Amino acid sequence: MATLTLDRPTAATPRPERDARKRRSIIGTIVLYVVLIGAAAVIMLPFFWMVTSSLKTNNQVFTVPIQWFPDPVVWSNYVDIWAKSDMSTWLRNTLILSVAVTFLQVFTGSFAAYGFSKMRFPGRDVLFLAYIGTIAVPWQAYMIPQFILMSKFGLSNTLWAIIALQAFGAFGVFLMKQYYDSIPEELSEAARIDGLSEYSIWRRIVLPLSGPAVATLTLLTFVNTWNDYLGPLIYLRDRDLWTIQIGLKTFVSQYNAEYALIMTGSVLSVLPIAIIFMLGQRYFVQGIATAGLKG
Amino acid sequence: MATTVAPAPTRVPRQRPPGSRLKLRNTFIGWTFILPNFIGFAVLTLVPVVILFYMAFTSWNVFGSADWVGLENFRDLISDRTFHTALLNTGYYALLHIPLTLAVSLGLALLLNTKLRGVAFFRTVAFFPYITSIVAIAVVWNMLFSPESGPVNQFLMALGIDNPPGWTTSTTWAMPAVALVSTWRDMGYYMLLFLAGLQAIPGELYEAARVDGANKIQRFWNVTIPSLRPTTFFVTVMLTIGSFKVFDLILVMTDGGPGTATLVLSQYIYRKGFEEQQFGYASAVAIVLFLICITVTVVQFLVNKRRNR
Repeated sequence: MATLTLDRPTAATPRPERDARKRRSIIGTIVLYVVLIGAAAVIMLPFFWMVTSSLKTNNQVFTVPIQWFPDPVVWSNYVDIWAKSDMSTWLRNTLILSVAVTFLQVFTGSFAAYGFSKMRFPGRDVLFLAYIGTIAVPWQAYMIPQFILMSKFGLSNTLWAIIALQAFGAFGVFLMKQYYDSIPEELSEAARIDGLSEYSIWRRIVLPLSGPAVATLTLLTFVNTWNDYLGPLIYLRDRDLWTIQIGLKTFVSQYNAEYALIMTGSVLSVLPIAIIFMLGQRYFVQGIATAGLKG
Repeated sequence: MATTVAPAPTRVPRQRPPGSRLKLRNTFIGWTFILPNFIGFAVLTLVPVVILFYMAFTSWNVFGSADWVGLENFRDLISDRTFHTALLNTGYYALLHIPLTLAVSLGLALLLNTKLRGVAFFRTVAFFPYITSIVAIAVVWNMLFSPESGPVNQFLMALGIDNPPGWTTSTTWAMPAVALVSTWRDMGYYMLLFLAGLQAIPGELYEAARVDGANKIQRFWNVTIPSLRPTTFFVTVMLTIGSFKVFDLILVMTDGGPGTATLVLSQYIYRKGFEEQQFGYASAVAIVLFLICITVTVVQFLVNKRRNR
């Protein structure tokens, strides 16, 4: 049982690692670093260009040759944009939606996954098939009947529409179930023999063991809701309900020659989520690597 | 026990007293776990999918009632030139996007599955595009791809290419441009899935292979790749479905243009449904999209299952 619960950490046992390091030549390491740094630079270049352009005057955005660093640095773009757009409304709406959706998705998703992974009862597999089946069904295929239904409920053109739309996705259930399946059956079985109820097994054993999966799901759901453009595009008509994505898109078509200001708006739409990601990232990536340690 | 799922052949059937009351109780508890999610899921996903199949056989539009027209919508689709274009464009996009993203994300995962100092930073960098908003990156890349003085073409001209492509303004290059941007955006996510798969491979397997005298390349083909199969399966399914339902990036980057060069199925559904209010006809297009995704999934599932035997 110990080998089962510890399968991930043993992937990094010190012995083969030391051997490998001895064998790996210094040149190899340097080459790897050069490749990594090169790849990182290419990946990040669009963001670098976005940030520097947001600090330029409008005429300096497109120059031949490229002007890599703004001169002078035009901070005023970051003041002007609040006056020229409803940025604060958009950000507030997006935040409300992201938090509500993430909470509901993680809670109901991990709860349902327990039923699918650790319990056996008639009809379970048929139900799970329904979930799996709809993962394969693109939302675009049923967005029209969904819209008609949502309008009938009176949810169209309210923030509730987006919450209902995003919070009960099959993806969360699927992701959590995949992870629960990797938790040894013996653990929940032992708890059952000790007299724990199924709810307690979920809350006290399975859920604490699945921190990395919960973190992954939290992050992905939050990011997806924040970045969702289509849901708000279809459901949110009133200007004061708009999210950052709709707002930014409208702003771009309205001020289509104000390149520097458009870049400023883009930076502002990316910045909050970048900060959240940086803060949660250590737990997120490490969490995947150290999964199962607590067992 | 008949319900035991396929991927757990080693699971020993639990020993339970065969009391039917216990079974009933178990069923009840199982349902309470699933219900909170299932109610929302059923009302907002399952029911709409069922309605979709009804709507596709009606002439439902915003004014009229839902008159049953049988296969008329589908007959119209066969001669609808714009629909053909959208279908072909979507296939073309998938053909560009799937292999490219699969290769790049697996490559990144292998590259970053080391204990090198600072590797966490590089993982963050690779994942970063995925967390940024579609609208922001579409706007930025549109500017980068700008034909006359955009950075991409300036770079290409510096490399000696005298006639760099017009990217999103060219009917030939608009789709590759979109596919490039979406690969750049998605690769970090699929890389993380691959990384999780790589790290779940027990170290003992590598050690055993090493004891047997397998070199690095042999270990890759005989340990890494087979152990990654469940991950690769998951990634491929997600990637394929993701490609066929591509929508928002195209909507913001090219809006289907120039002309209909990047018009994809999803956008055609949107146009017919929300802009022209032809709910019935749009649903027929949606069914085509639905069938493509289901077929791909089933085929991939069967192939994977056979390979596992």
